[in-house]
Amino acid sequence: MSIPADIKRDFPVLQQQVHDKPLIYLDSGNTSQKPQAVIDAMNDYYETTNANVHRGSYDLAVRATEALEGARAKVARFINAPAINEIVFTKNATEAFNLIARSWGAANLGPSDAVVISEMEHHANIVPWHMLSAEKGFELRWIPVTPNGHLDLSDLDTLLKGAKLVSVTAMSNVLGTLNDIPRLAEAAHGAGALLAVDGSQYVPHVPTDVQAMDADFLIFTGHKMLGPTGIGVLWARTEFLEAMPPFLGGGEMILNVTKEGFTTTEIPWKFEAGTPMVAEAVGLGAAIEYLDHLGMDNVRAHEIELTDYALRTLNGRYGDKIVIHGPQVASERGGVLSFVYGEPDMRVHPHDIAQVLDQAGICVRAGHHCAKPLLQTMNVPATSRASVYVYNDESDIDALAEALEASSDIFAF
Amino acid sequence: MPGLDDLYREVILDHYRSPRNQGELETPPAVRTEGFNPLCGDEVIVFVDVDDTNVIIDIAIGGQGCSISQASASMMSAAIKGTSVDEARQFIGAFKGLMSIHEGDLGGDGSEAEMGIDADAADAGDIKLGDLEALKGVVKFPVRIKCATLSWNTLAQALDEAASDT
Ligand SMILES: Cc1ncc(COP(=O)(O)O)c(C=O)c1O
Repeated sequence: MSIPADIKRDFPVLQQQVHDKPLIYLDSGNTSQKPQAVIDAMNDYYETTNANVHRGSYDLAVRATEALEGARAKVARFINAPAINEIVFTKNATEAFNLIARSWGAANLGPSDAVVISEMEHHANIVPWHMLSAEKGFELRWIPVTPNGHLDLSDLDTLLKGAKLVSVTAMSNVLGTLNDIPRLAEAAHGAGALLAVDGSQYVPHVPTDVQAMDADFLIFTGHKMLGPTGIGVLWARTEFLEAMPPFLGGGEMILNVTKEGFTTTEIPWKFEAGTPMVAEAVGLGAAIEYLDHLGMDNVRAHEIELTDYALRTLNGRYGDKIVIHGPQVASERGGVLSFVYGEPDMRVHPHDIAQVLDQAGICVRAGHHCAKPLLQTMNVPATSRASVYVYNDESDIDALAEALEASSDIFAF
Repeated sequence: MPGLDDLYREVILDHYRSPRNQGELETPPAVRTEGFNPLCGDEVIVFVDVDDTNVIIDIAIGGQGCSISQASASMMSAAIKGTSVDEARQFIGAFKGLMSIHEGDLGGDGSEAEMGIDADAADAGDIKLGDLEALKGVVKFPVRIKCATLSWNTLAQALDEAASDT
């Protein structure tokens, strides 16, 4: 079994032309496209099931609640979580990080503590810690990145001294690097710290088992895994969720409210104040079913094959006119390919590359990819980034390789 | 439909390849101002040296960015070097006029009339934008407008600083 050759047909958005060219979508690291099955599931929910959840005693409301909780069960199974109630729905990965910082962080971090992150983090796993550190006075430490795009763990023991939390990405959204999470878990736990894992790029592309990772928190976001926008996931061990104070306050998250105060309801609803994103949860559930149907092993195998093809095609055709950042072996990385292109002494600016590619119907991202500290380390102000997913194939990479030539024509010196 | 030729005119590429007034000026007497475009990471540094008679006797441009932001900065430096601060401000106004689109006109056929561009109105007062007119194609690519205006906004800030210094 592998990814079906006609998979593009499942994705309505890919059926269009832009600038009279077939749309070629190479920006899935940014957000993924949605299969018809996800769109249908959300429509169907609104057409047949919509009611507010956890509140109504009538049949429709019971079914809406079942739809929400059924999606939670699918998410739990997808990452092999020990318990369904360890799955907290958030707006996106960013909100999940803010939840950890504001709830766990504010209750546990003080001036003599440290939080360890890495230089390859997305701003979502940087800024909440900067914000909290300004209030609580803990130290923010950085695991460095080596020139070939790996975490430099040579000084990890020193970095971990006195740390209470290590928070790192499982896969870099710029370099594609896959980090050794079990090793980081062992080191963090050995030093008495917890481990939070940013799975935003990893969970959509690699079979995920939180128990094998041995993490304490896992964060990911629905829109990068064929699901809708507006839903993200925080998984955490029951003991931590139980102990953590609530994040947002309001309806849904309480057991009782009086003029004097309130008590919180049980997990995970304690962290889900207000009417939740039910249709989005249903959409995420349908996305997980779609991915399960493809088989996550096949998804990962397809990504390795395509990444390998892209590395060979682009490096083979352009030689020193292209530099693709990150690990050079496809099996050590994901399918996000950040590159600079042009004559070695005069690279074409990524914004100009993205513009030229757009004229050829090709969508790539240009810029700092919400990882400015990493780009500073890499000493580049910006990169172009092509990223692949299940619906991409070799013809998309060929189109990219061909269209890059056009930017040489315009910017040749 | 606008094509790449509308954006990457020859004059623009010429300024991109051979930027004018590139470098730094000593501060003081010059003032130094930085501008950023967070979308694409472009960064421009504008140095201006304004004398006692309010004439911009020198200007230098630093930083890095895409062809549009670099070419716009280069053309700007060539246009305002040696002018009075008042004239420079008129240039800034005229250029920003050229770069402004009327809301609701996006998504049309991209023609100048459609986009609400009025080259005459943009030439406010006695200011003739000259080569800078080549940048008007940028308006058809709305995400690039910020690239083109970055150096001009930074210059405006630099002139304010120069004025408050004296
Ligand atoms: C590694 C990583 N972490 C976090 C995020 C943030 O995801 P979201 O914008 O959905 O909160 C992203 C996506 O941009 C990402 O690539």
